[in-house]
Amino acid sequence: MIVANNIHAGPIETWAAIITVAATAVAGDVLTAGAMRKIGDLDVIRAKEGLGGAIRAVLSSTMFLLGVLSMAVSFFSLLFTVSNVAVSLAAPASASLTSLGNAFAAKIFLKENVDRRRWLAALFVCAGVFLLTK
Amino acid sequence: MKHTLSLQRYLILLAVMLTASVGDILLGYGMKQVGPVSVAHLGLLLKAMSNPWVITGILCLLGFFASYLTALSWADLTFVLPSTAFGYVVVALLSKFWLHETISLARWAGILLIVCGVGFVANGPSLTEHNPEMGGEQ
Repeated sequence: MIVANNIHAGPIETWAAIITVAATAVAGDVLTAGAMRKIGDLDVIRAKEGLGGAIRAVLSSTMFLLGVLSMAVSFFSLLFTVSNVAVSLAAPASASLTSLGNAFAAKIFLKENVDRRRWLAALFVCAGVFLLTK
Repeated sequence: MKHTLSLQRYLILLAVMLTASVGDILLGYGMKQVGPVSVAHLGLLLKAMSNPWVITGILCLLGFFASYLTALSWADLTFVLPSTAFGYVVVALLSKFWLHETISLARWAGILLIVCGVGFVANGPSLTEHNPEMGGEQ
């Protein structure tokens, strides 16, 4: 239940909620990206098997479905969070943490080559998202 | 690491950047016409589904998810994600020039930072190539 004016969470509950939103968003992004990596180039699949074949390949991936589930959990966690924490803190903090968390998770779980350029991009986007809410 | 993207793939990244933000704005515009939806008036959601702005917004968001998944099938997550963040910039610019909202100096600074962030990765390699013998993602 969302009660916009009932902002009552303490600092521990506030950051636990924000970290939950960010962690589930990162899990969703990483699982989805991992699934797409396993499935392969969708342009090639579509050329061989048509649009239906590409859609079938994506929807039959358990990892993809888990990713979508994580995204859904993140969305509802955000709804829960903004019902207890000021939106002006919850939205930019979770978006910025997600941006940085994705860079770490992509390096650890997807073994992506996150070079200095990509770290800088993650930091710039993180700071930029924060400033956009001002 | 692969260093080149075809024009078609840059267009898909452009679709990732534009469709989410345009979809959000169209949904917001349409829902303002429909009016506030409450638990007691869930029927308004059905009315919303017949609003052309809402329908176009949903189609844009479906287009975003399709182009996002397509991009992830040939590019790294850390390459694609800054493109999605660029959507925030598009929303801010549309708010300024279409809805005539005021954008503070801090928001312009945020826009500049995100543009720089996207620029950093856009000129770099798009995909980490893994050795198949190491198993896993490829």
